[in-house]
Amino acid sequence: MADESKGTKISRRKFVKNSGYVAGGVVGGGLIGSLLGVNFGGTEQTSTAPAQETKFNQALMYFTRQADFNTLGAATERIFPTDDNGPGALELGVPYFIDHQLAGAYGNNDNEYMQGPFYTGTPFQGYQSALKRHEIFMQGIRALDRESEANFNDSFTNLEEEQQDEILQSFEADEVELKGVTSSEFFEMLRTATLAGAYSDPLYGGNDDMEGWKMKEYPGSQMSYINEIEDDDFKEIEPSALNEHL
Amino acid sequence: MVKKLDKVDAVTVGVGWTGGIIAAELAKEGLNVVGLERGSDRDTEDFQMIHDEYRYAVRYGLMQDTSKETLTFRNKPDERALPMRQLGSFLPGEGVGGAGDHWNGQTWRFLPYDFQIKSETDKEYGEDKLSEDYTLQDWGITYDELEPYFYKFEQTAGISGEENPLGAPRENDYPTGPMKSSPILDRFKEAAKNLELHPFQMPSANLSEQYENPDGETINACQYCGFCERFGCEYGAKSSPNVTVIPTAMKTGNFELRTDSNVVEVLHENGKATGVRYVDVKTGEEFEQPADVVVLTSYVLNNTRLLLQSEIGEPYDPETGEGVIGKNYCYQITAGADGYFENEKFNTFMGAGSLGATVDDFNGNNFDHTDLDFIHGGSLSITQTGRRPIESNPIPKDTPKWGKEFKEQSLHYFNRSLSVSAEGASMPHRNNYLSLDENYKDAYGNPLLKLTYDFTEQDRNLHKYLSEKAADILHEMGADIVEENEISEHYDIVPYQTTHNTGGVIMGGDPETSAVNNYSQMWDMDNLFVVGASAFAHNSGYNPTGTLGALAYRAAEGIIKFLDEGGQLVQADKNSQLV
Ligand SMILES: Cc1cc2nc3c(=O)[nH]c(=O)nc-3n(C[C@H](O)[C@H](O)[C@H](O)COP(=O)(O)OP(=O)(O)OC[C@H]3O[C@@H](n4cnc5c(N)ncnc54)[C@H](O)[C@@H]3O)c2cc1C
Ligand code: SF4
Repeated sequence: MADESKGTKISRRKFVKNSGYVAGGVVGGGLIGSLLGVNFGGTEQTSTAPAQETKFNQALMYFTRQADFNTLGAATERIFPTDDNGPGALELGVPYFIDHQLAGAYGNNDNEYMQGPFYTGTPFQGYQSALKRHEIFMQGIRALDRESEANFNDSFTNLEEEQQDEILQSFEADEVELKGVTSSEFFEMLRTATLAGAYSDPLYGGNDDMEGWKMKEYPGSQMSYINEIEDDDFKEIEPSALNEHL
Repeated sequence: MVKKLDKVDAVTVGVGWTGGIIAAELAKEGLNVVGLERGSDRDTEDFQMIHDEYRYAVRYGLMQDTSKETLTFRNKPDERALPMRQLGSFLPGEGVGGAGDHWNGQTWRFLPYDFQIKSETDKEYGEDKLSEDYTLQDWGITYDELEPYFYKFEQTAGISGEENPLGAPRENDYPTGPMKSSPILDRFKEAAKNLELHPFQMPSANLSEQYENPDGETINACQYCGFCERFGCEYGAKSSPNVTVIPTAMKTGNFELRTDSNVVEVLHENGKATGVRYVDVKTGEEFEQPADVVVLTSYVLNNTRLLLQSEIGEPYDPETGEGVIGKNYCYQITAGADGYFENEKFNTFMGAGSLGATVDDFNGNNFDHTDLDFIHGGSLSITQTGRRPIESNPIPKDTPKWGKEFKEQSLHYFNRSLSVSAEGASMPHRNNYLSLDENYKDAYGNPLLKLTYDFTEQDRNLHKYLSEKAADILHEMGADIVEENEISEHYDIVPYQTTHNTGGVIMGGDPETSAVNNYSQMWDMDNLFVVGASAFAHNSGYNPTGTLGALAYRAAEGIIKFLDEGGQLVQADKNSQLV
């Protein structure tokens, strides 16, 4: 019964399509703005965008080429697309989340055992790549474009949704050759990072405005449920985030 | 240059539940104790920003730093072992309190059957029930002997619970009453009763009320905040070493907690431990801490590793079946089923680490195994621990793992699905063991521990049986779609299963087949005690901490006795049961 507020959800989607608005800021030719333009066939209409505070944390810490970041954005949007339920990866800020994560401990495998020798393991032995995650992402994202050019003569961001899915599926099925890592390992990393970006506390730059939580009817970081735990009815609770705990 | 420090009565390696219990009991007796902990200090005040799934549940903010130390793994003795480069299947602790900070708090007593599993199984089903490859053995102690120690741990932690109709007999009620129930638990209990099973509220270290323990420590009442497992408790409402035994030890003035201290060797001379050597992880300086008694309380994995590395006891050899250190490593099977409800929503995001209801009808020897192809069983529970959105994306089988349909279904079912799951017992097998790795080293240049482990036929059969039973309950609960869990082709180190690793330094009555006696004292070295689930000769159908807590209290009693009298505290029984 995902029907409670369908009406408003549909209109939000139309709004995204038509205005080129991305939660998290006004888009005037910005990275994601141009992306949305491509993906949804809309033109940028900055004039109709609502007055939103500029999010100064939406800039790149890790990626150096805009094209790579756009490819990442398009891929995450296929993994977690905008639909009648609400925003997809782009609108939630997932690409910024991933960019920021790649620049830090996650991208650099800070808490992981990275000493050699390295061997290919069985499927039951886990991560055995000598590469750090940021290297895997960079390589994988470039390979998405390379495969797109090879198969469809165009960059990944310019492909039709079905074509993008086809490329992603070929990565998932290990049909693409990468160095030092399999394409399915890269794909799985991309998939889990996308979900983390959609649903982690907004402090990390994703889950913009807690929209990921709202769609899932998840109230985020509440202090206590001691007064509700025994109740029979389902509780619709306005989510709260960690900044309230400061 | 190793700097030699002043001698103390006792030194513990690691300060989690077992280290904390030993420290508190010895320090209360007026003995001076040093606790060496490789991780940093932490306490309730560190948990104000704890409601962060990404930082703590996904990126393992409170767990072991595997860049410094991990283990290597393979399924079979003839495979190449490779490092577990990132955590997955289990999440060992690090820092003051160990995994006792981020545990769920489901606090059980093993069954009487467990402690005499070999003789009881033989008696009831004959000696050939399991093949010779299963190295099943008795623990050299009975449940009745351990009962007071179980209660002592429960009193320290203030465990909240109610009588388990099929559980081990209790002399006393739980220190605090059961937690609140919830519609999810009520639904399970009602269905279980309809099926003529015996449901009850899970015993919990998330306390139902504020409680003062016999040592004078106060534990607060649980707020059902839903950020419990993998998180510390910001209210001091989850019993952990940090809110119980460590402050008790501190107050005596006889306990020194030394953090950033990674122990690399147990020093010994002429069959006697003389102390330990450790590295200050911040400065790299090395120290020698002499002690009259050395106590390994560094979890299953490091307890075993330190003995192997220090060349104490005979390493287990799977070819000959001889040797004991590293033997009988066990884990658990996580059987169960998922149920999807089309027309109902549950508050799955609320909860507590031990908010649950259980049936023990399929655990231990509570049911007849004559016509079954396995022994033992598991507790079957529904838990409401607080569902979280990144890692919880319940979708019926055959739903794609990403894209439009994935999103639709995972949103739809987030609050419309429930799981019934088992803590399935694990029996020891000759090819499942711990040893030292030849190729990989930790940050201090010492060999990593090597885990050789795979699921057995016994595991597969038990898994199937328990998953079917879980599915029956979900059907009775009214789920529209019910799907049984499947066991993976081989044990897989990647997905989280449980942090219930056991064995390696097992307890028994016979030094030929066990490493420690029932006071956790090494047969081979009177003044060395090895405490924890490393002593379990097999793993039961429950979470382990209640039992390892009981063994720790018994070990503390043994250490005090040993410091008084010396010598072996238990006489070896050469005729103990072994396959
Ligand atoms: C997410 C999670 C949920 C759990 N839920 C439950 C549950 O509901 N019920 C239950 O019964 N159990 C549960 N457990 C298991 C429980 O946490 C453990 O059984 C228990 O904490 C073990 O206590 P311990 O003292 O043996 O080891 P630990 O608590 O792990 O403490 C060992 C300490 O030793 C330190 N150490 C290790 N090596 C060295 C060294 N060389 N030098 C110095 N220090 C060292 C470690 O840093 C650590 O602090 C859970 C575990 C996890 C991770
Ligand atoms: S559920 Fe209860 S015990 Fe667990 S962290 Fe929250 S308040 Fe603490």
